[in-house]
Amino acid sequence: MIDKIKRFFIEIGDVSYFSARFFKQAINPPFEFKELLRQCYQVGNRSLLLVATTGFIIGLVLTLQTRPTLIEFGAVSWMPNMVGISIVREVGPVITALICSGKIASGFGAELGSMRVTEQIDAMEVSGTNPFKYLVVTRVLAATLMLPLLVIFGDLIALYGSSLVEYFKGDVSFRLYFNTVFDALSFGDLIPATIKSFFFGFVIGITGCYKGYTTGRGTAGVGIAANTAVVMASLLLFVVDFIAVFVSDIFYEL
Amino acid sequence: MKEQENIGNTELDTTNEEVVIKIQDLRKSFGDNQVLRGFDMELRKGENLVVMGKSGSGKSVMIKCLVGLMSPDSGYVEVLGKDINTLDQVALDELRSDIGFLFQGSALYDSMTVRENLEFPMRRHRKKFEGIQDTLPLVKEALENVGLGHTMDLMPAELSGGMKRRVALARAIILKPKLILYDEPTSGLDPITSKEIIELMRSIQKKYGTSALIITHDVDCARVISERMILLVDGVNYAEGTYAELIQSEDPKVNAFFKK
Repeated sequence: MIDKIKRFFIEIGDVSYFSARFFKQAINPPFEFKELLRQCYQVGNRSLLLVATTGFIIGLVLTLQTRPTLIEFGAVSWMPNMVGISIVREVGPVITALICSGKIASGFGAELGSMRVTEQIDAMEVSGTNPFKYLVVTRVLAATLMLPLLVIFGDLIALYGSSLVEYFKGDVSFRLYFNTVFDALSFGDLIPATIKSFFFGFVIGITGCYKGYTTGRGTAGVGIAANTAVVMASLLLFVVDFIAVFVSDIFYEL
Repeated sequence: MKEQENIGNTELDTTNEEVVIKIQDLRKSFGDNQVLRGFDMELRKGENLVVMGKSGSGKSVMIKCLVGLMSPDSGYVEVLGKDINTLDQVALDELRSDIGFLFQGSALYDSMTVRENLEFPMRRHRKKFEGIQDTLPLVKEALENVGLGHTMDLMPAELSGGMKRRVALARAIILKPKLILYDEPTSGLDPITSKEIIELMRSIQKKYGTSALIITHDVDCARVISERMILLVDGVNYAEGTYAELIQSEDPKVNAFFKK
């Protein structure tokens, strides 16, 4: 038990050191713009379908499940407000981040892990390229920059899914639905959600890269790196979400 | 076998006494496991030196200490006249441009084409190619040296094990290094491909006049390519000499390496 606690704190220390190294390397030239763009494409574009599908289903299900209760209370006209606020504030960012942690963190963990095991990272270092800057900084930055965009995209698709239910079941036009949603939303909903999405992206990127980059030797290490990257990233997402909500409450009185 | 003996008939100049690698009292441990316990070695200019040792004897650790991939616990490591342990990152990277490294598993970048793999080391060493706008002729030359001029646009996954090793060799020589380090160059290859790799190593040395340090446990490879050999046993330089000298040794630890 004591050993486990000790290992936990050692890991926290290692991740903190890894993150500090990221910030140091990220601000010092040379910058790997080409690789950053490639990673943005990999992280952003290749996650679109996944985020869209999940967002659409979440919007649909949330509306269908909530509808009977709101009808019971005679508050069905509040549906767009309720769904809009819950998706933009919480459900959209958290679900998108969780989906992305499954795809991105495990991808980073497996890719960097296999590069470590097959000595590709050593080969990069011997060739005079800083592998941390080329592999880690670009990936973490790509995840940090792309996640807010994916969250916004996911939110819109989720709202579209919700509006479809309202259109068919409640005879609410798309125009009325979206007007009501945007009337209900304020900057206090949008800004904290967008800012915390950046942190979600950073957590996903840094965890995936940390697990992959520091993986033990051997192919078994690659599997473990991918797996633990997802578990650790998902757990950290909730911790960051809690802190984000707590801080937002100070500024916006949610 | 006969053919390999012919290959071993070297015409290279090994009389030059300029030292390109000097290791003194190199020590490295991993926890309680003391891998290197005071290893000494010298490699002279233009020479092919083979270091043989059992698996886990510290051969790869030693070679990684030479390029700064690992830091020794203690000891002096000098490569091309520079003390590795005192170099800052910029100086180390500059020195690395004069060292080619062939990794055991080839270590080609999976996500890049063969051409991109070869161009990759050139991006950080532009100084070496001042005045050269197009890198394509250099890539072509390196690939033609290893007989794979047609593979430029292929991905590593599309290559066989032997082809990967040859591309890795082309990548190791793309910066025209003065010294090439080979970590198990023939491991995992069939005897015919191994022979081809050895021939390539020799032809590259002849063409560019490089010095080579070869880490291996392949006796045939050592016999054909070595001008001098070192046996790494229990973390120290246990025996040193030419292949012919070592094979005649009556020491049981030395004999163990050459038993068929």
